[in-house]
Amino acid sequence: MSPSQTLTRPDAAVTSGRAAGPAERRSTRSAPPLLSKGVVNGVLLAAMLWTVLPLTWLVIAATKGYADLYSTGGFEFARVRLWENLVELFTFGDGLFLRWLLNSFLYAGVGALASSMISIMAGYAFDKFRFPGKERWFGLVLLGVLVPAAVTTVPLYLMASDLGLTNSFWGVFLPGLASPFGVYLGRVFSQAYVPDELLEATRVDGAGELRTFWQIAFPLLRPAFATLFLFGFTAGWNAFFMPLLMLSDHHLYPVGLGLFMWRQQINADQDLFYPLLMTGSLVAILPLIVAFFSLQRYWKAGLTAGAVK
Amino acid sequence: MPPTRSGLARRQYGVAALFTAPFFLLFFAFTLAPIGYGGWLSLHREQTSGLGLGGEPEQVFVGLDNFTKALTDPRFLGSFVTVGLYCLVYIPIMIGIALLLALLLDSAYARAKRFFQLALYLPNIVPGLIAAMIWTYLYTPGLSPIIDALEQVGVPFNLGSDAGAIGAVANLTTWMHTGYNVIIFFAALQAVPREVIEASTVDGAGQIRIAWSVKAPMIRGAVVLAVLFTVIGAMQLFTEPFIVRDAATTIDQAWTPSLYIYQLTKAYDMGGAAAASLILTVVLAVASFLVTRFSKKGAKL
Repeated sequence: MSPSQTLTRPDAAVTSGRAAGPAERRSTRSAPPLLSKGVVNGVLLAAMLWTVLPLTWLVIAATKGYADLYSTGGFEFARVRLWENLVELFTFGDGLFLRWLLNSFLYAGVGALASSMISIMAGYAFDKFRFPGKERWFGLVLLGVLVPAAVTTVPLYLMASDLGLTNSFWGVFLPGLASPFGVYLGRVFSQAYVPDELLEATRVDGAGELRTFWQIAFPLLRPAFATLFLFGFTAGWNAFFMPLLMLSDHHLYPVGLGLFMWRQQINADQDLFYPLLMTGSLVAILPLIVAFFSLQRYWKAGLTAGAVK
Repeated sequence: MPPTRSGLARRQYGVAALFTAPFFLLFFAFTLAPIGYGGWLSLHREQTSGLGLGGEPEQVFVGLDNFTKALTDPRFLGSFVTVGLYCLVYIPIMIGIALLLALLLDSAYARAKRFFQLALYLPNIVPGLIAAMIWTYLYTPGLSPIIDALEQVGVPFNLGSDAGAIGAVANLTTWMHTGYNVIIFFAALQAVPREVIEASTVDGAGQIRIAWSVKAPMIRGAVVLAVLFTVIGAMQLFTEPFIVRDAATTIDQAWTPSLYIYQLTKAYDMGGAAAASLILTVVLAVASFLVTRFSKKGAKL
């Protein structure tokens, strides 16, 4: 397990410093800044290599054929056949992979748009409106955050099966829409981004609550919307257990489940399925990377709003 | 004035209901109703009535039968032992590494902080399924640069053992989740008042001592919360061992509670699956309670 080795080494370096007795502390402190700088950045660099190398391996593997995958080292290029792999990926089984990608965009993309909107509206209502039993309802939302997926998945599958929704788009799409954590974040964001005085002013002007929300509050909440969308999109794109239970028709699969199916079939034709799987995995990550980097202004706000107080 | 005020309040009730209705309708339909249904299922078993082909399956009330069956199944109990061992390995290592990296990022010596944060966070956006597939290949002898390198320096890595399997999964999940917690801890560290750190520097404390004795205790709340969420996620472990078992042969169909539940569902033992889910939920609740309780006690010391 080389990764953990890379990680224990720097850790040990710091522990030895940390364990220094009072007599040695002075010398630790006056260690040349150059050395400290080297150690700190060296450890960070090692950790970064550990996070990035497996992805590099995937990028290189996606350029290889099956024979080269086993005959050449993981981090060395063989004959680069990325283009051939991509053509094969998108044409195999009448463009099955493209269909899976589109399914994922529907489940994750449209799902995240709807669920972010639902969360923002509910969070805004909890922050700005007075209504009876408000904190009790919010307590229910907070309890919802703690409900593990394990307890709802099996009954959801059976309910969907009674309603004839298994093996359908809706069986995967609908259960993901309500996000208690999203509502919680929505309230936190509404407190932070929408000043109460602004709403008071528009109320005095006689604007209706709906118009106030659309024209005044929502534009201010756009960063919050982007954050929730990013989270929802990632969660939806990565969902595995639910679609695995719900879907049996592979035309409805999201891309992750499709790749899983190819993986199950790998022994039938390794020459065909290995490159499909490698290139397919790489392509399946790309939308997440694009979403992440284009919305990166927002992700940190979202991550920390929920966890740091 | 009062009439307008109450008018405003009443108008707010309506709008509030309108704004929260979509969430609560979906929440009732897809979270609360399934919990209730799961409770009902856990007390029933499907039986085919009548003789032969014409019989419709019907749900028969069996009391706590499904629960006793699950709790006396050594495979189900074993899955909790495995996941418990996994938590003991994974959580201290992952949280420890994340805290160390966050403290390093927060130190005066770190360069390119934004770049490091992005790079460290990257694995967190890779779907668990794909991450597990990548690492499964990286664990495969003959294909893996890592295993080959380890063998060259004389460290055998045996995925075929229980310890090897736990290590393999823990390494994978550490890879996936460390960056997320680095970001959270780093943000919490940034919120530590600078005066506190300046005061310690004036008092003659070194950087390492400040990091360990001043900064780390101040973000205790963020760390406890991270441990709590990690415990909840780790005990529901499913996707990673589901994939890694292609390389790690000791991972069986009941390696974790979630795998056990999945296998019962596939066998159409819905009562058993529902009972096992509820037991898992209770264990999760107890574990969460212990984490928060333990951290409060620690704070008083």
